[in-house]
Amino acid sequence: MKKKLKNAFTLFLTFFKIGAFTFGGGYAMIPIIEKEMCEKHKWLKGEEILDIFAISESTPGPIAINSATFVGYRVAGVLGSFCATLGVVLPSFIVISVISLILAEFSSLEPVKYAFNGIRAGVLALVIKAFYSMYKKCPKSLFSYIIMVGAFGASLFIDILGLDISVIYIIVSCAVIGLVYSLIQRRRGKEI
Amino acid sequence: MSIFLELFLTFLSIGAFTFGGGYAMLPLIQNAVLEKGWLTEEAIVNFIAVSESTPGPFAINIATYVGMETGRAAGDMGLFGGILGAACATLGVVVPSFVVILIVARIYKQFQESKIVKGCMNGLRPTVIGLIAGAVLTIGQTVFFPDGFAFASLDFYNMAISLVICLIGIFLIFKKKVHPIILVLVSAALGIAAGYAGKLF
Repeated sequence: MKKKLKNAFTLFLTFFKIGAFTFGGGYAMIPIIEKEMCEKHKWLKGEEILDIFAISESTPGPIAINSATFVGYRVAGVLGSFCATLGVVLPSFIVISVISLILAEFSSLEPVKYAFNGIRAGVLALVIKAFYSMYKKCPKSLFSYIIMVGAFGASLFIDILGLDISVIYIIVSCAVIGLVYSLIQRRRGKEI
Repeated sequence: MSIFLELFLTFLSIGAFTFGGGYAMLPLIQNAVLEKGWLTEEAIVNFIAVSESTPGPFAINIATYVGMETGRAAGDMGLFGGILGAACATLGVVVPSFVVILIVARIYKQFQESKIVKGCMNGLRPTVIGLIAGAVLTIGQTVFFPDGFAFASLDFYNMAISLVICLIGIFLIFKKKVHPIILVLVSAALGIAAGYAGKLF
């Protein structure tokens, strides 16, 4: 029991550190979590951590939170997952709360406005890069392309017509289509 | 409905339907936050840059920011309202992850081999990519056509500068593989230079 409490506290500190020193979120955290958990604390094996990241990608929620919760659970149960998640969230929470006050104070200044005019064009490049990286990692098939174009078209349609429809419906429908499609494929494969 | 409950529930649904890391959440944020009028598209794009330049995951950063802004603007509670709003939004975005992972962690071997999960992921991966492509267009519109598409409202100087900065950004991030923070700093400097240069002529 005492050891569990100690582990939970160490988890909190470790994930606080991870949250405070990784810029750019989920994917940037993966190598650091791996290093802390496998090499430094020896709580998890290499293949265990790979499983955890794979599952974090296919369960709902941001990867950073999913993997913190999962790692915490494996190391010290529910208490561990609570401590790890709190640890990874807290630095962001504190830093952004302060920054939002600063932004509110300075955002109407002329040079700040000009800076953000430029920054928005830079952000466009960043999001294009994010799109490209995800596209490269996705398995290519006719089915994937149809879904990609379909989801893109549907979101555009909602946008242009200004419909009050959540993109959540697109996400859920495409998950169902994916499920039905792979069940059909499998059945065909078996019958042939 | 109290604004704080609304923040919690909105971010709960965003958290529950985000699959993947990084910007997978962006289309959901744009959709929900714009519709509720909590932030402008411009503020969201500005904040992407802030989030890239501060520690922590985008999901938590944006939830905290939206909560802080909305909570402060909504009531007469000032800073306390902001912190409460940020706490509600952040809690909302975390809870689905937390609950789902606690369930999955017990049965993760079955989960990994589940044909249902694999089937859903076949549909979800390309969906997220299609939606991010949509987000690229929305951001492009904010950058190049901030005041709409009517000819009278077009600002050609701003368009040209934005195009140059965006192309430099693409070069830096794809070819030079610089860290996003460098890109943010470079585009901020170019933006300031272009802004004052524009005033001279």
